This record gives sequence, structure tokens and C-alpha cells, in this order.
Amino acid sequence: MNNNLKEQVLRSSGVNVLKCMRCGKCSGTCPSYDEMEYHPHQFVYMVEKGDIETLMNSKSIYKCLTCFACVDRCPRNVEPAKVVEAVRLATIRKQGNNHLIADNIPEMLDEDLPQQAIVTAFRKYTK
Amino acid sequence: MQRIGVFVCHCGTNIAATVDVKAVAEALSHEPGVVISQEYQYMCSEAGQNLVKDAIKEYGLTGVVVCSCSPRMHENTFRKAAAAAGLNPYLVEIANIREQCSWIHKEIATATEKAVILGKAAVAKVHLNTPLTAGESPVAKRALVIGGGIAGIQTALDIAEAGFEVDIVEKEATIGGKMAQIDKTFPTLDCAACILTPKMVEASQNEKITIHSYSEVSAVKGFVGNFTATIKKKKRFVDETKCTGCGLCTEACPMKKVPNAFNLGLNNRSAIYIPFAQAVPKVATIDPNYCLKLRKGDVNDKVCGKCAEACTVGAINYHQQDEYIEQKYGAIVVATGFNPIKLDKYDEFAYNQCPDVVTSLELERLMNAAGPNGGTLLRPSDKTHPHKIVFVQCVGSRCDDSKGKPYCSKICCMYTAKHAMLIREKYPDTEVYVFYIDVRTPGKNFDEFYRRAVEQYNVHYIKGMVGKVTPKADGTIDVQASDLLSNEQLHIDADMVVLATAIEPDQTARPLATMLTTQMDTNDFFTEAHAKLRPVESATAGIFLSGACQGPKDIPETVAQASAAASKAIGLLVKDSITCNPCVAHSNELMCNGCSACEKVCPYGAITYQDKEFRMPDRTIAIRRVAGVNPAVCQGCGACTVACPSGAMDLNGFSNSQIMAEVDAICK
Repeated sequence: MNNNLKEQVLRSSGVNVLKCMRCGKCSGTCPSYDEMEYHPHQFVYMVEKGDIETLMNSKSIYKCLTCFACVDRCPRNVEPAKVVEAVRLATIRKQGNNHLIADNIPEMLDEDLPQQAIVTAFRKYTK
Repeated sequence: MQRIGVFVCHCGTNIAATVDVKAVAEALSHEPGVVISQEYQYMCSEAGQNLVKDAIKEYGLTGVVVCSCSPRMHENTFRKAAAAAGLNPYLVEIANIREQCSWIHKEIATATEKAVILGKAAVAKVHLNTPLTAGESPVAKRALVIGGGIAGIQTALDIAEAGFEVDIVEKEATIGGKMAQIDKTFPTLDCAACILTPKMVEASQNEKITIHSYSEVSAVKGFVGNFTATIKKKKRFVDETKCTGCGLCTEACPMKKVPNAFNLGLNNRSAIYIPFAQAVPKVATIDPNYCLKLRKGDVNDKVCGKCAEACTVGAINYHQQDEYIEQKYGAIVVATGFNPIKLDKYDEFAYNQCPDVVTSLELERLMNAAGPNGGTLLRPSDKTHPHKIVFVQCVGSRCDDSKGKPYCSKICCMYTAKHAMLIREKYPDTEVYVFYIDVRTPGKNFDEFYRRAVEQYNVHYIKGMVGKVTPKADGTIDVQASDLLSNEQLHIDADMVVLATAIEPDQTARPLATMLTTQMDTNDFFTEAHAKLRPVESATAGIFLSGACQGPKDIPETVAQASAAASKAIGLLVKDSITCNPCVAHSNELMCNGCSACEKVCPYGAITYQDKEFRMPDRTIAIRRVAGVNPAVCQGCGACTVACPSGAMDLNGFSNSQIMAEVDAICK
């Protein structure tokens, strides 16, 4: 259980996982179901338990199509796809271990490269 | 000089945990006129009431302030205690330091401060209280039951049994309601018609019961014991007194392609129709939207008229008009029932795309011997036997507010088990799957019934929800669902899908609630006066609740509540008169300027104007138009006192000076 990660996922997804009534309609409707090791309903439940690292290490986060069928059909408005997206985001933010160091950025400045891209990359690939 | 007693209640820890009750009693003891200020653990208990009674006698109190729960809860209790000790009951004031203080605050300091202020306001008000005497008003010995389903029928039968006249107003052409459409009933599997139709006949034959079918309540005036309702008998173009229900007209009618509402549109009927064979009253009705003659606009035109030709008793009357009946009632029972919700919002279940996706109520008709297929279960699309049927539970129930109904519809788990069992019994070659979130079976013999479906009839119960229903070109239906226990996604090639559709109150309920000035919740279910202790009364005196209009219910519960509502109504009707509320408005004729503002805002029609002679300062006589209040009709709402520009209208027990004194005490 990693409370910091759980907090981060809950905050960035804006989802209240406690609204889930465990009906499984999200997984019943998911077109990517067979591709996924962990299914939409498991994402919601595992985030509730704080078991985020298991999800982050699973390929399932890249199998979600973000088609939002689960979001559309969830009777309780839990929005599972947003949870999957938040876990994906946590993984991306974690990766890198300072791939970008602030001091190196001036060298990377390039007239053809929008500055915004560098700022975005800095945000993503820096701890 | 006033002698006021203050009594502060702990309500166990309900108040005492958040309000320093000792400090409140101490603070209020210094208020002007207060001669005794006490606190006690439970002021409403007998010992607590004795404290009040003893203090009244010992100190010769002229006013009592009880700091406790809401006056809705115990004002009457303390008024009675005061009366028993010889004090006029209207010299008692309640300061609500529970609902309006301790329950909504967390900090002791602020809650205590507020409790003291509320107490001070009550003390300031009681200084100006005057003794009031309640009058009496007569009770009309007749009850009105709105809705003629099983709830309304049972209520009417019970009230009639006690010897009172009852009128049932039913908006459809027959009484019977939803139960008449149901095939079998759980958990005993007896046929609904076999137990309902005798009751319908009993109601029609009971001398005390009048059934107004195809009618609506269009207006209600008055108050408990003295309601006046206007009943609109809609034009059915058939003379009820002449029609024998022989059905010749329905055979003669050439317009046969009218969706049969009783069979939920699963087959057709004629434009002139009798809803079903056991209808009560068994009288034909012409549907003006489909009748060739009535649609023409001019009934004198020589179009059609086949039904009138066929009728041997001359009951058809194309010129019939709506008829209005006005009647006085002592009590009104609401029994408006429920409907399945519309499924337009749930495209994933393909209800609007595929005729073989049906609601549970439609399945009832499909399986009913009097239904469109004569009791043989056939697919609506191609009239073949289904060999694989999928049931989906909780369609539209238990949803977030944006997605459907937030409540559990309560009856679906049991009727689905019933359907599954009946199908497996009659067609053992048919596979039945039920997708459930939870199986909810609280009720006598209910869980045993569900287990029988699983263990004896081998119905496949799968924990999970259907996510998508796709009709396929070969006529079958692909049901994509999750099986949560085996953690897999299933695809079932089904022949039929049955949706356990959520139920909601009838659409007529909300306008009716406005008419009756009763309360509803956000789901349009009528609110009972107390969730636990007064479950069949509305908060409006004289209005009672019966059946599913108050919340989802199965038949046994509906009948139980119907009888309970009847007994409450009987309890009112046996009285010759009831005590009126003396807190009514009165006008100061010397101040009244005759503007009619009060008359216009009065919701009860209690105010009338008359011309009166007044002696003017110069000794002349002038005739002025002034307001007068009928105290028997006034309900003490206070609208007139607010509307009156000259301050002539005042309310007993809540006079303008009393309200101002309270405000002053709070602002001090």
C-alpha cells in the first residue's frame, strides 16, 4: 500500500473510487478486456486498496483505449477510464529519474523547437 | 408580572454532548420574568413532564419555555403537560436546541451560545403569549381514495368495511392497476388475476364504495375532516349506466390497429375497447385518438358509427362531455402507484433497437394466459421459442443521480427469480442466465425462493453486469457482460434479453402533491410524516399514503400499508369533530383598508370582505369594506399577515409583536 501514490492517482483522476458498487459493468462493456491483465473494475478496486504499483508495472495501462465506454455506462458515475489514465500518468512521471536536468536546458534550446515542448518534457521527465 | 419557567432538556447526549445545558439553564435564569430555570436528562419522559407540572403549580407559572427538540416532535407533549397542571397550553413555547442547534454544530462554545440565544427569543415571545382556546370543526364521513390499484382497492375495502362511504378515483378505464398486468406472484406463484379480480369485484359490489374510473381529481380544497374535491370524469363516449360490457362494439369496430396499452403495446386492440376480460367496471371506452368518427372532428358526420350500430342498449354517445363532480371528504388516501422508467437513456441495452429486448413487465404480459401469445412464451420479433434468455438486474436502479434512480427498486430480484423459475419449469430446454450485482431477498420465504431457482431449477446466476447488448443479423442477440467471480468477460448468444427496469412514482403524483400540499422527496415519492413512527400518514393532516406512491413495495407490503392507511383514515372518520388549531389569523377592522391583498394570497379561501358601518371621529357613520377571517377554514399559514400593508392582519400565537420580540431578543 502506497498512500502517496494513491493520493496522487486520486487527485490527478478526480475520481471518488468509493462510489463504486462493484457491479462490473465497466468490465462488461470494455472492448479491450481480453488484452488487459487487470480489468477496469480491478483498477478501481486496487486504487481503493492503494495497490497502485502493481498496476503501474502492468502492461494493462497501455491497453486501455480511452474509449470511455466504461465512463459512459458506469451506473455510479465512477469514471474508471480516468483512473487508468491517472495510473498511466503516475508511471510516466515516475519514469526518467531526472532525464532532464535544469542546467542542461539552455543547451537544448533550438529555434525550431517550441519552448513549450521543453517545459512539458521537463515536467514529465523530472522527479 | 410574568412568572416564567425554563426547562432545558439534555435529550440524553443528543443535546448535552454539544450544548452545555447547565450553562444554558443558568444564563436563561437571569432573563426578565424567569422564576425557575432547570435542566433534565429527558424532559419528555414522565419524570421530566412532572418537573414542568410541579413547577407550574409551585411557582404559579404564567409561561413555560422548553429548550428541547423540534416543536414538531414534542410541542404537543408539553402543551398537554401544561394543560394537566392548569396552564393554558398555548402559553408553552419550544426553543429548538436540537435540530437547529446541537445536531448541526460541532463546537460546544458556539452551540451553547446559540442555544442561549434561541432560549432568550422563546422567553421574549412567551411574555406576549395569550391564552388561546381551540375550536372544533365537523368531520365529513366520507373518504377519497386516489388510485385504484391493489393499494387503493384494499384501502377502500377496509374503510367501507368500517361503515364509511369511499370513492375510488382511477385514471384508467378499469381499476386493478399494475397487479392486473402481472402473471404470477412471488413467492407462492399463485396467479395475480385469481387473487386480484375477486377483490375488484368485491369493491364494485360494495354498497359503500363508488368507483370513478377514467376519472381524475382536478382540484382539492379545504383541510382535514373537511376537504372538497372536484373529480373530473373524462368523456369515454359510452354511457356507463347503459353499457353491459358485452363487447359487440369492440368486434364491430373497424379500427383494429391500436397499440394495446394493457399489453404494453405488444399487440393491438380496437379503438373502442374494454381493457381486459375481468375489467371493473366492465364498460367500453372509445379512444378518441384512433376512433375514425371522433378523429374526423365532426361527430355528426356520417363516418363509421359501427359501434353505435352494434350496441343493443344504445350506450354509445359520441356527444359525451367531461363531467365534474364535487364531493366533501373527511380523509384522502393517496394510492397513485408506480411505473417502470423509460429506457431511452440506456442505449447499451438496445431496448429501442430490438423487439426481443423487453422489460420485465412486458415479459409478464408475454407469459400471461390472457396476454398477446395466450401464455406461450414467444419472441416478439419472429414468434419463435427462445432457447437462451438473459436477465439483467438493476437497469436504472442504484444509479448516480445523473444516470438513473438512486434507490433500489426492491421488487426486481424477486420477480426475476420468479420469471427464471417459471421459464425453466415450463420450458426445460431453455437456458436462463441472470446477471446480478447483489441478490436482495429480505422477506418471508424470499431467500428460500431464490435458492430454489438456483438449486432446483438450475438458473445460472452470474455476479456481474451486462455492459453491451448487440442485436445480430441472424436474429440472435450478443450479450457482452462481465463475470466478476471468474474474472472474465462473457459473450452470450441469447434469443431474448429481459431488463429488470427500475420503477418510479406515477407522473400524476407530483401535481397531486401540489394540490394536496403534501411533501415529496427528490424522487417524487410521497414523504411520510415520520419515517419510522408515522409511515402511512403524510405531514398534511387528513392525507394518508398507501402503496408504492410512498416508496417501492411488493404486493404483500402494499396490502399491509393499504390496510394501515385505511385504519388511520377510519380513526379520523369515526370522530364527529376534530380540534382546530386556534393559531389562526384575525383582522383588526379599524386598521383594515379594504385592499384585498390578504384575500388574494390566502391559499385556503378563508378571508372574505364585507361592508360594515363604522362611527367616525366626527360622529358620522361611514361604511367601510373590511376583511374577516373564517377561523374554521384558516390554517394559520400567516401569508395574509405578511401581505397586509396596513398591519391589520395578525396571527394568534404568532403575532407580529411576538415575532418582533423574538427578533429583538436574538439581535440584542
